[in-house]
Amino acid sequence: MVTAARAGNKHGLDPVSAAREIAGAVPDPELPMLTVADLGILRDVSAEEGCLVVTITPTYSGCPALREIALDVRRRLGQAGYVDVAVRTALAPAWSSDWITAEGRRKLLAAGIAPPTSQGPARRSPGPVPLTLTAAPRTPVACPLCGSADTAQTAAFGATACKALYRCQRCHEPFEHVKDI
Amino acid sequence: MTDEDEFSAYQSLAEETEDHRWAFGTGFTDPLAGIDTSVPDGVDAGALAAYCLMLGDDALVYSHRLQQWMTHMPELEEETALANIALDLLGQARMLLARAGRADGTGRDEDQLAFFRSEGEFRNVRLVEPPDGDFAELVGRLLVFSAWRLALFTRLAGSEGLAGPAGVAGSRDPVLAAIAAKGAKELAYHRDYAAQWVIRLGDGTPLSHHRMQAALAAIWPLTGELFETHAVERALPGVAADPAELRAEVDAVLGTVLAAATLDRPQAASLARVAGRSGRDGVHTEAFGYLLAELQSVARAHPDATW
Repeated sequence: MVTAARAGNKHGLDPVSAAREIAGAVPDPELPMLTVADLGILRDVSAEEGCLVVTITPTYSGCPALREIALDVRRRLGQAGYVDVAVRTALAPAWSSDWITAEGRRKLLAAGIAPPTSQGPARRSPGPVPLTLTAAPRTPVACPLCGSADTAQTAAFGATACKALYRCQRCHEPFEHVKDI
Repeated sequence: MTDEDEFSAYQSLAEETEDHRWAFGTGFTDPLAGIDTSVPDGVDAGALAAYCLMLGDDALVYSHRLQQWMTHMPELEEETALANIALDLLGQARMLLARAGRADGTGRDEDQLAFFRSEGEFRNVRLVEPPDGDFAELVGRLLVFSAWRLALFTRLAGSEGLAGPAGVAGSRDPVLAAIAAKGAKELAYHRDYAAQWVIRLGDGTPLSHHRMQAALAAIWPLTGELFETHAVERALPGVAADPAELRAEVDAVLGTVLAAATLDRPQAASLARVAGRSGRDGVHTEAFGYLLAELQSVARAHPDATW
């Protein structure tokens, strides 16, 4: 990691910490206003026998963005002088919208997308997963544009796997909401 | 072009030098890249591969059936919902097929397993095979399939996987447990979506009620197979979930939905096995051959193609 060490020194950081900053700054292809660090999908950056290992996790099983993220991570690290880079996928623990950082939530809101609710996904009690038979959300989602809590879900699924569609009853604007999972 | 543009994912999509369009023949990344896929001690690797193939084939074939509805759904919101559901299932299929190819020692990748096996080598249940006659059949089958698969995946995930019931150990294969924990979160959404539509149609107009009831009657003969324990599952104690044990939970969910929808549970005999064999043994319905032909035609016509 000679070149990597040099890259790290430019930032006054050790090579692994510098690599973590570079990898973490990669934008998500589907939510480009957020970085992979904001989304909580960058799980680990470490050095193993001279190789830099970056571990990422998918938000959903079929998320097609993961491949692009891995390529972007490799490309950016390559430009910073990290030659031996392995990008790995971690499946467990499964990604949760709770992992979106405070900064990530702020950026979502600024882009007109309602972040996951602060309560997060419904906590599981023992036993089977409870059914939800009405379209009403468990916790109200505030409109990202006018702040009204008077909103309604128009579709449980949106343009990407991680989002649902809502409409504000006060300002009547439709908006997207990053689902609580 | 700014530095930022140079790094963007969109830019990388447009490059000629990298083969990474998401389609057959693109050398798409192994979905289990970097994951420890060694088979745990004392687990029959052949049986584990066969089990992953069963669960992977269920998702692959059903995902394809759902994709056939694209552009035919009643509203744009339902189009996106179905596309999301089909994509989640395709993601589950990719990981499970990759797991199967690693565990059986052949090293076959997801493409080889999806596109270059013949009908009799597929291990999916027959429920996922027939085309949906109408939208009522679509949401009815999606309800049964997702309620059953969610019950199965919560058991495989165990309580460690957040999705699982407390005090349940989950699969002894950590890769399978992880795939199930992730999939369970998705399946809970699929099941709720289907349940809400079944209620809307069942408790709707006389016509929608009639068609929803008829749809359930068409699906029901294929549901018995979901709860039959297969030799592969018996060979994997602690790794596989016994489908016979899922019946009470799935029945309770379906009972709740059908009651809210004012629908009767059909009384229908299970579709007969053929010489004692069914979907899990590679014996499929007539509709499956046509589905597979469509699914595999490009890959079979251009077996070594890359683009």
